[in-house]
Amino acid sequence: MSRNTKINLLLLALVAALAVLPLALGLGDHKKEPFTGADAEAESAITEIEPDYEPWFSPLYEPPSGEIESALFSLQAALGAGVLAYYFGLRRGRRQGEARALARRETAKTPAESGADEV
Amino acid sequence: MHIAEGFLPPAHAIAWGVASAPFVVHGVRSLTREVREHPESTLLLGASGAFTFVLSALKLPSVTGSCSHPTGTGLGAILFRPPIMAVLGTITLLFQALLLAHGGLTTLGANVFSMAIVGPWVGYAVYKLLRRYDVPLMVAVFFGAFFADLSTYCVTSVQLALAFPDPSSGFLGALGKFGSIFAVTQLPLAVSEGLLTVLVMRLLVQSSKGELTRLGVLVAGKRDTTTEAVAR
Repeated sequence: MSRNTKINLLLLALVAALAVLPLALGLGDHKKEPFTGADAEAESAITEIEPDYEPWFSPLYEPPSGEIESALFSLQAALGAGVLAYYFGLRRGRRQGEARALARRETAKTPAESGADEV
Repeated sequence: MHIAEGFLPPAHAIAWGVASAPFVVHGVRSLTREVREHPESTLLLGASGAFTFVLSALKLPSVTGSCSHPTGTGLGAILFRPPIMAVLGTITLLFQALLLAHGGLTTLGANVFSMAIVGPWVGYAVYKLLRRYDVPLMVAVFFGAFFADLSTYCVTSVQLALAFPDPSSGFLGALGKFGSIFAVTQLPLAVSEGLLTVLVMRLLVQSSKGELTRLGVLVAGKRDTTTEAVAR
């Protein structure tokens, strides 16, 4: 494994550790409902400060259940990951293609010539 | 950082919308110019938008015992400058507001302001400042992404505190309350976002040197910068 790949894997491992540690250390145990969204917590903080506040507009479409909502969230992540993977795959393929074309051009020449041409 | 639908009083919702609109309009212009002058950058633009899509869908647990998500706006801001990120961020927020009931149309202006305008600009400024003092590329990228993420959540806290000042302790009291919900939760996530942005930038340095040179992220002819960045 190249040094580059090792560093990349280390970066991913660090991110995974940062995500897992709060769970493993039970940092949500002091809460009635551990690991809820900060957005929802802000909503309850608003109702704490202003108990009479009523949201004056509601979403045009609301996912009918938590399952549908998580499906749509995965769809969002999958779309993004798909485009990213396409980008890096395309780049890699192009680089390999260029390298191969270059190598073919080298071998097409006579051996003596290609030796002289090489920089 | 998504302020939920209807959770900002109408006056605030309109004010943030008015504040955000010129940035988004200017961004659309920059984006069309970029695509027209450099059609080859469309792919990388798509990848930058895709990065925001992935990261803002990742809800991660944090030290406060609650969950939040990164924003992914630092990468695009560093690559294409903040105006273009205003558009890509707005698209992401619209997707979430319309399909996921996450955020909302009435709060879109406020959410765009924090995630698609202030975040990218702060991240870009930090990145540029560090680069001016010859800080290595990947260190500058890390802190750029870190502060893009964190500043977004600070702005959200300010927006909510302005709309809902605490009856006894006023604006500052409310800011402390919302800040402890958002900003503290966000600290480790901002670190994660910094690390992931560095990862993607490392892959870009490997795969798209020409593109990065044209965008000014890598300096042409200065071989040591690129090789150093790859080696790190």
